[in-house]
Amino acid sequence: MIFFLYLSDFIIPITILFIVVFACIKKVNIYDAFIEGAIDGLKTVMDILPTLIALMVAVAVLRSSGFLSFLTEILKPFVEWTGFPAEIIPLSLMRLVSSSAATGLLVDLFTTYGTDSFIGRISSVMMSCTETVFYTMSVYFTAVKITKTRFTLVGAIAANIAGIVAAYYITLLLFGR
Amino acid sequence: MLNFIWVFCILFGILFALVTGEMGSVSQAVLSGGRDAVNLAITMAGVVATWSGIMKIAERGGMISTLSNRFAPLLHFLFPDIPPKSKALQYISANFIANFLGLGWAATPAGILAMKELQKYNKNKGSASNAMCIFMIINMSSLQIVTINILAYRTQYGSANPGEIIGPGIIATLFSTLIGVFVGKLLERRWHR
Repeated sequence: MIFFLYLSDFIIPITILFIVVFACIKKVNIYDAFIEGAIDGLKTVMDILPTLIALMVAVAVLRSSGFLSFLTEILKPFVEWTGFPAEIIPLSLMRLVSSSAATGLLVDLFTTYGTDSFIGRISSVMMSCTETVFYTMSVYFTAVKITKTRFTLVGAIAANIAGIVAAYYITLLLFGR
Repeated sequence: MLNFIWVFCILFGILFALVTGEMGSVSQAVLSGGRDAVNLAITMAGVVATWSGIMKIAERGGMISTLSNRFAPLLHFLFPDIPPKSKALQYISANFIANFLGLGWAATPAGILAMKELQKYNKNKGSASNAMCIFMIINMSSLQIVTINILAYRTQYGSANPGEIIGPGIIATLFSTLIGVFVGKLLERRWHR
């Protein structure tokens, strides 16, 4: 367990070190490359900001209407006997559909239960090991005009469920409740 | 898809609030939702820009093509129908690497190029090839090593140790990807085209 906590501290600096040293050897103009990339990054954030606003407003409306707690109540008995916190059910569902909407729910869980609570940690790990399935699929398959996606959805949902289960057990094992 | 989700959230939320009597908090939500999104984007902008800059350095240094060659045996196992050294595998590698680095949005251009190259090897153009399905499943099973966005949110919302979830995240990600590949490989021969 200590090892993983250490590993977490080292990953970002080591990754950056590795990339910069590699680029030095190849005599890349590193500073210019960084600035160029940073501009692209800022553009990306500006591009997704309208989506973020639209979805965070929509999620806020749905959430404050009491619908999500209603849905959670319905699913609760099915999920509860596994020990999985029912509060994370809406996030698990939303994660498949929209990354920005899931982010809205994640932030909500952070402010309600705290980032370092059991719920806060599971949802952090879960967000790291799952991906927005429907949006990604529509973007990629639309680009090549394919309508029959065959076993893509089944495989992707299997992977995401595996991720959610893993997030729960690993968090339980490393940090406890 | 997003259109449907948005309309569903707004209509259902407002109608549901009529039943639960939560109309006051719905009004509040409309006002605060947009403000929260902008605050979030400001935090995100710094993190995403930094990481995109580093990614650009990696690209210029030729790291992506070097790593693509390293992956050759793995790529051959995953996509046996695609010739080695093809452009498709290069773009797939670039997409995977961008995903490893946790750059969801930066990964998208390479991913779309990979799909277009894969389409050249696809016999039935209206239906996804095995290679496409496996590529998409891996792509959506999450590959991130550093979950930079989540770290940013954890920092902003006051975590004592935002990075403590990176290690657990890697194990969970590995697990989800392995299950995705396993299910995909199991289905690719049985699922009709």
